[in-house]
Amino acid sequence: MEKDIQFLKDTAKELRKNILKMVCAACSGHPGGALSAAEIITALYYGEMHVDPKNPQDPDRDRFILSKGHTCPVLYSVLAMKGYFPLEELQTLRKINGRLQGHPDMNKTPGVDSTAGSLGNGLSIGIGMALMAKLDKKSYRTYVLLGCGELNEGLIWEAAMAAAKFKIDNLLAIVDYNRLQLDGTNDEVMPLEPLADKWKAFNWNVITIDGHDFNQILGAFRKAGETVNQPTVIIANTVKGKGVSFMENKVDWHGKAPNKEQLETALREIENDI
Amino acid sequence: MTYKTGDWIPTRDAYGEALCELGEKNKKVVVFEADISKSTRTNLFGKKFPERYFNVGVAEQNEMAIAAGAAMCGKISFVSTYAVFASMRACEQVRTFVAYPHLNVKICPSHGGITPANDGVTHQGTEDLGIMRTIPGMTVLMPADANATKKLLFAAAEWDGPVYLRLTRDSVPIIYDEKTDFTIGKGILLREGKDVTIIALGDMVSKALDAANLLSTEEISAEVIDMHTIKPLDGDIILNSVKKTRTVVTVEDHQVECGLGGAVSEFLGENYPVPVRRIGFRNTFAESGEYELLLEKYGMSVKHITAGCLNSIKMKGKIR
Repeated sequence: MEKDIQFLKDTAKELRKNILKMVCAACSGHPGGALSAAEIITALYYGEMHVDPKNPQDPDRDRFILSKGHTCPVLYSVLAMKGYFPLEELQTLRKINGRLQGHPDMNKTPGVDSTAGSLGNGLSIGIGMALMAKLDKKSYRTYVLLGCGELNEGLIWEAAMAAAKFKIDNLLAIVDYNRLQLDGTNDEVMPLEPLADKWKAFNWNVITIDGHDFNQILGAFRKAGETVNQPTVIIANTVKGKGVSFMENKVDWHGKAPNKEQLETALREIENDI
Repeated sequence: MTYKTGDWIPTRDAYGEALCELGEKNKKVVVFEADISKSTRTNLFGKKFPERYFNVGVAEQNEMAIAAGAAMCGKISFVSTYAVFASMRACEQVRTFVAYPHLNVKICPSHGGITPANDGVTHQGTEDLGIMRTIPGMTVLMPADANATKKLLFAAAEWDGPVYLRLTRDSVPIIYDEKTDFTIGKGILLREGKDVTIIALGDMVSKALDAANLLSTEEISAEVIDMHTIKPLDGDIILNSVKKTRTVVTVEDHQVECGLGGAVSEFLGENYPVPVRRIGFRNTFAESGEYELLLEKYGMSVKHITAGCLNSIKMKGKIR
């Protein structure tokens, strides 16, 4: 296991570097919330989900929805690393005639299971997928990564009610709880606490973890998989901009690209685990 | 289920019945409802196919996005609610998560136009066709009667991509027999004439036919087209008609902007400019009241259509 965890840590490092390089190349994008989700995404794609990059439309595949679609550099990077498309293509982020749109497009990018970007919609879409898995007696699972800012959207709570009603235990929601949104902290913009109690009140199974600790992430995935007749949400406490000292917990890095110099510094820090 | 010419039936009733027939034939059909199944008539489908029926409560955005998720898994999702809610409350879900990915979500709202009459403005959808028509890749339909509803519903299920199919709360007369064929994107020439072309859709088709009858007593020959599909618009049937009549009156239970009148005017402006009169709401909300009285008050009765035709014919002399 120790070796596996080391592999995941190394993979997350690669993922972070790819995120920063592609956002720098695009001169725009959202690095902060992509970096905070690096361990979650790595754990999903390398330790949890059943997917085949050679057959991205496999009807039996597990589904992933990046509801916080603006952080797509983390998704594009993992998809490229898994082999859905060439790594060099990451340099085409947000460029005309490219396949890597500013927010995910399921018809343009291999491996993207749902269009996303308008916040608050991914959980509902995931419920649709999970309900159809049950209807068709298929064993695939649906994973939805939510931002904390998007929990401001009313639709999230419509979906939360519905998931409990339909006893959706084949869907896992994960909140990337980095406590920052575009205009400031959650507390300044729209307080979310008590967040775990909110989900509990909506009849969800709630697991709270450190979203940068692979042992905790994988443990939570296991517990979620064992839960029946109830939807599970993992509240993953994370740090926005994680891995780059000058980006960590800085609201300014929500939607700003690093310049070449900043990129060099950031890549060095990630490599050396500073 | 077929319906007898001359009977009066709300098209939502035909929808509920046809949906059950469709569900029998096509196992990919799943239905989503937002707590008004007794009104949208999807309760019939729910009783017959409970495993393929999902009532999400009073939450139309959630309903639309869940339907999109189901369509992403290869299903044909039917979404029922009222036209105001489908087109406005859930507008962004339709645009970004149904139309942008070009999914097989068929939005079939009841209470189109002022057919919810006495319910008042909150429940009267008079902007929905325009909203839907503006969304890229959306197909927009309104059947004129129960037989047309059944045929177009089956066509919508076969159609590749999203469809908006608008229904009526109140009864409309059956004008088609069950043998009439309907093709999405092909209007129907209901009555031939040479002086003016009346293009109508939905509940206003029977009013257009009544107007044509009335005009014939004044020796005016009106052609009547049922434009059940306003997007994609059937340009051929319009051109063939206006080359003969050289003037058009559009009739819709909707604002005159962006709906049928808008679509026809845009098409003619670009392809064959002739005078066009648009019958419909003119920058106004309606109010509670009986359907026929509302049509009268807001300038959309048979009398108003005939006056529009006379006006339109007069305009011919002023242009060219």
